[in-house]
Amino acid sequence: MTEGGVQYSKIAEIKGPLVIVDDVENAAFDELVEIETREGERRLGKVLEVGNGKAIVQVFEGTTGLSISGTNAKFVGKVMEMPVSKEVLGRVFDGLGRPKDGLPDPIADKFIDINGEPMNPEQREYPKDFIQTGVSVIDGMITLVRGQKLPIFSGSGMSHNLLAAQIARQASVVGTQDDFAVVFAAIGVQYSEAEYFRRSLEESGALKRSVLFLNLADDPAIERIITPRVALTVAEYLAFDLGMHVLVILTDMTNYAEALREISAAREEVPGRKGYPGYLYTDLSTIYERAGKLNGKKGSVTQVPILSMPSDDITHPIPDLTGYITEGQIVLGRDLFRQGVYPPVNILMSLSRLMKDGIGEGSTRADHGEISNQNYDAYSRAQEVRALAGIVGKAGLTEIDLKYMDVGDVFEKEFLSQATDENRTIDETLSILWKVVSKLPKNELTKVKDKFVEQYYQEK
Amino acid sequence: MAAQGRIVWVSGPAVKADGMSAAKMYETVVVGNSKLVGEVIRLTGDVAFIQVYESTSGLKPGEPVVGTGNPLSVLLGPGIIGQLYDGIQRPLRELSKASGSFIGRGITTTPVDMTKKYHFVPTVKNGDVVHPGNVIGTVQETDLIEHSIMVPPDHPGGVVSNIVSEGDYDLETEIAKTEKDGKSITLKMYHKWPVRKPRPYKDRYDPTVPLLTGQRVIDTFFPIAKGGTGSIPGAFGTGKTVTLHQIAKWADSQVVVYIGCGERGNEMTEVLVEFPHLKDPRSGKPLMDRTVLVANTSNMPVAAREASIYTGVTIAEYYRDMGKDVVLVADSTSRWAEALREMSGRLEEMPAEEGYPSYLASRLAEFYERAGRVRAMGSPDRDGSVTLVGAVSPSGGDFTEPVTTHTMRFIKTFWALDAKLAYSRHYPSINWMNSYSGYLADISKWWGENINGDWLSLRSEAYGVLQREDTLKEIVRLLGPEALPDEEKLILEVARMIKIGLLQQNSFDDVDTYCSPEKQYKLLKLLVDFYRKGQQALKEGAELSDIRAMGVIGSMLKARMEVKDDEMAKLEQLDKDMQEQFKAITGVKVSN
Repeated sequence: MTEGGVQYSKIAEIKGPLVIVDDVENAAFDELVEIETREGERRLGKVLEVGNGKAIVQVFEGTTGLSISGTNAKFVGKVMEMPVSKEVLGRVFDGLGRPKDGLPDPIADKFIDINGEPMNPEQREYPKDFIQTGVSVIDGMITLVRGQKLPIFSGSGMSHNLLAAQIARQASVVGTQDDFAVVFAAIGVQYSEAEYFRRSLEESGALKRSVLFLNLADDPAIERIITPRVALTVAEYLAFDLGMHVLVILTDMTNYAEALREISAAREEVPGRKGYPGYLYTDLSTIYERAGKLNGKKGSVTQVPILSMPSDDITHPIPDLTGYITEGQIVLGRDLFRQGVYPPVNILMSLSRLMKDGIGEGSTRADHGEISNQNYDAYSRAQEVRALAGIVGKAGLTEIDLKYMDVGDVFEKEFLSQATDENRTIDETLSILWKVVSKLPKNELTKVKDKFVEQYYQEK
Repeated sequence: MAAQGRIVWVSGPAVKADGMSAAKMYETVVVGNSKLVGEVIRLTGDVAFIQVYESTSGLKPGEPVVGTGNPLSVLLGPGIIGQLYDGIQRPLRELSKASGSFIGRGITTTPVDMTKKYHFVPTVKNGDVVHPGNVIGTVQETDLIEHSIMVPPDHPGGVVSNIVSEGDYDLETEIAKTEKDGKSITLKMYHKWPVRKPRPYKDRYDPTVPLLTGQRVIDTFFPIAKGGTGSIPGAFGTGKTVTLHQIAKWADSQVVVYIGCGERGNEMTEVLVEFPHLKDPRSGKPLMDRTVLVANTSNMPVAAREASIYTGVTIAEYYRDMGKDVVLVADSTSRWAEALREMSGRLEEMPAEEGYPSYLASRLAEFYERAGRVRAMGSPDRDGSVTLVGAVSPSGGDFTEPVTTHTMRFIKTFWALDAKLAYSRHYPSINWMNSYSGYLADISKWWGENINGDWLSLRSEAYGVLQREDTLKEIVRLLGPEALPDEEKLILEVARMIKIGLLQQNSFDDVDTYCSPEKQYKLLKLLVDFYRKGQQALKEGAELSDIRAMGVIGSMLKARMEVKDDEMAKLEQLDKDMQEQFKAITGVKVSN
C-alpha cells in the first residue's frame, strides 16, 4: 500500500521490543517508522535492518498491547529528528523529545538528525578552559574543563545526584551567566531523583536556562536509547548554533546500556561480556564523543554522565567501556560514603585527563599541578600506612608513617568534606592542599619544585 | 569489467549486494546513491558482502553498488607528512572544507595536494637501467624529511628515458619513462600500493639499535629496538595514551605514524595542536614535520577502524623504503579487534573466545610481522626500519583476555601498565615486575659503544633491588617494616629512590619529559652507587638512620626535574656530595 510516496506495511512478527515488517519496498536503514494500531494509537520506531522485503523495526515505546492484525507501519522517509530553537530553554520534554510540561511544541528553528555526525577531529578545539565548580576535590584534583566528558561512577544509594546538582548550580554562577545552559537527561531514574534536580535548578534560578528530558523508571525502556541523543542534539544546537556553554548531565547511563542489551538480545546477536552487545563501546562513544569544542565556534558541550556501577564493580562492562571513552572519571567510594563524607570521592581511582591543560599559570596557579600530585602521592601513602596500622598497630609505625596517617585524616576532613552549598574558590582549595601536605617535613615533598615549597609551605 | 550490482540488505556497516559476480575479494566498491566507500569481504554466488567505511544511515535496498576493480590502496608520494587522515587516507582538513565541523559522507578528495610543486632533483639519467625500488630522484618534503622518489616495487624496471631536469614539478607531472621489452611505462612522483599487502624489501636484519624514547623506564629498563615490536596494555586511566604520545614525541626516529584507532577525538586534536609547537630534541625542528596522523575516532564508522591500521603501516613501510627509521604507534589495537569482531558477527561467523573471530590471532601476527629492520629494494643501498608499538585496552584491565594474550605471542617488548601504580600517581605506570624486553642483550652493545660498557650490569643490579623489594614487601605487609634487618631496610629505601628518582617521569614537566641516554645512565649509576656505598657503610657500622638522613637523597630524587640534559656537571657534583656524606657517616662511627 502506498499513499503519497509514504509506504504502509503489515506487521509480520512481534518479538520483544522489535516488530518485523513484511512487504517493505522502499525503507532505508535508520529510517523513522510510525506504527499505527487499529485504535489509532501511534508509536515511533526506527529501522535496524532492512532487506529482502523485510524490515526489523525497534519500537521506542515498547510493543506491549500491539497486535499483528490491524497494526500498520508507516515509513516516514527520514531519520528521527528533533525540532530545536532558543525556545527549548526552560522546557521539559519526555524521553523522545515531546513536550511534557503541558505547553505546545516549541516553534522550530530547524530540525536536526538526533544521531548527529561525528565531529571532525581536525575541527575540534582542544579543551583547556578551567570550570570552577566550587567543589574542592574536583577543582583541585580532578579539574573539569569546558568541552570535557567527565563521568561520575557511583553505586546505588550514594550521593551522586547531590554532587551533580551542586556542580550544575555552582558552575553556572561563574563567568557570564548569559551564555550558560544546562541540559539534563533523566534516563530511567526515579521520579524523586529527577524532581530533586529540577527543584535544585529552580532554587538556584538556573531552570530558565535549562532543558530537561525525562524518561523515568516507569517510562518505556527502549525510549532510553533515544533520550541521551535528543538531549545531546539540543545541547549541540545551543552550543554551536547559539554559542552557549552547555553542561549536559546524563543519568543513569547504566539504564541506557541495559536497554541496548535488551534490543541486542531480541535480535539474537552474539553477546560480548555479561550479555552486553559487542558494539557497546562503539555505541557509547556515539554519545560521549558528542562533547567538545569546535574551531571558530563560541560554545562548548561539557558532559557529566552519571552511572551506577553494578555491585560497585568498576570492571563491569558499563563503567569499564565508559572509562575508555571519557576523559577521566570521578569515582565515589562506598567507604567514604559510609563514614558520612560528602562528596565521597575516591581520589586515587579518579582522574581528569584534561586537567593538565586547564590548570597552571594563567588559569589557576603555577603550583597547581605539582601540589595536586603531591597530595595524590601523600594520600596514597596514607592509605598504605592505614592498612599497615591495621596489622601491626600504631606502635609498629615509624614517625614518618604517623605523619602520613595525619595527612590522610586532614585530607578527608578538611579538603574532601564540604557542604552541599559551599562554594570554594580555587585559591581556598589550593591553600587547603598545601595545609594537608604541610603536615609532612619538607624533604618528603618530592613532587613539588623547591621554589613552590618555599612560597607555600605552611610552617607550624 | 567492474561489477555493477544492487543493494539487497542493510544492517549497520554491513551491506549485501547482488549482481556482483565480477567483484573480487577486498575490492573497493562505491555503495549507494550517496557514493559511500566500501570493501568486499565475502562473496557467495553473485552476492557480495560489503563493509562500508561511512555511515549507512538512510541507505536503501535497490540502490546501486559499483566495483572499482582495485583493492583498498593508499597513495604514496610527497605531501603525506603533517597530514591528518581518516582510516582510508582521506585528509580530514579537506573533508572539513566540504562538510564543516562534522564529518559528512560520500566526499572524495585526494590524499595529498596533487597541484603542489616540489623541487625534484633527479639522481638517474637517461639510459640508466633501473630496478624496482631504485631511487630516481629526491624532493624536500618538509624541513626534516628528504623524500626519495622510488621506482614502485611492482614495476618491472627498465631503461630510463625522458627524465626531467632538476626543477619544480607537481605530482601529476611525468618525471620519467622506462622502456623494457618494447613497453614504455610513465613514472610520476607518486604511486599507489594496496594496504593489505606488505611492501617487499631485499633483506632483513636483527634489531640491534635501541629506539631511544627519552623515557627512563623504557630506555633503561624495558627497551625496544629499532625495527622491533612492543605492546602497552592497560586498563583505562593507566596512562596508555600519554605514554604513546611521549614515544611519538621523543623517539629518535625520522618519521612517526600515529594511528588513533577507535579512540577519543580530543586526543588527535591534542597531537595536532601540540606537535607543531614542540621541537625535535635532535634537529630543533617542529615535530609535526616528521609526523603523520591517521584518525578513526571511536564514533567514526567502525569498518574504517579496521582499515586505519593497514593504511598507517603501509605509509610507514613506504618511508622505511627510503632508508628511514619509522615508528608506528597504534592506539588502540583492541578497538581494531572489536571492529573485526563486529564485522565477523554480521557475517554470522562462528565466534571463538569472547565473540572474537578465530582469525584474530593470525591478523595480529600479520600486523606485527610488518615491523622490522631491512635493506630496501633497489639502489642505492638503504637501511630503514619500522618499529610497531600497539596499545591494548583489555576489558576490565584483565590481561588474560584474547587481544592481550594473542598480542603477547607476537611482540618482544611488553610494557604492562598497572592500575595500582596509576592510582598512586606513579607515572608512567609501567609495572616493573610484569613487563619485559626481549631486546636487552641485542642492544647492550650499542650502550657499550655509545654510553658506557657497564650499562647492562648496572641495569641488572638496579632491577635486582626492585625484585628483592617485591619479595620483602610481602613480609612488611605481614609484620611491619621494623621486622627487617637493616640491610633489607636499605633495600626498601633504595627501591623507593629508584622508583621516585628514576622510574617515575613527569611528562608534563619541561625538563623531565625527555631524558637523554647520558642522563639516564648517570642517574642509574648514581642510584646503584648509593646502594653499594650504603651496604658498605652498614657493614662498617654506620646507622641506617644516618643514611636515611643524608641531605643528598632529596637532591638525587629531584635531579630528574632539576638537572637539565646539558647540565651533567650537576650530577657529577651530586656524586661527589654523596661520596662525602657517606664518608662523613662512616667516619663518625670510626671516631667514636
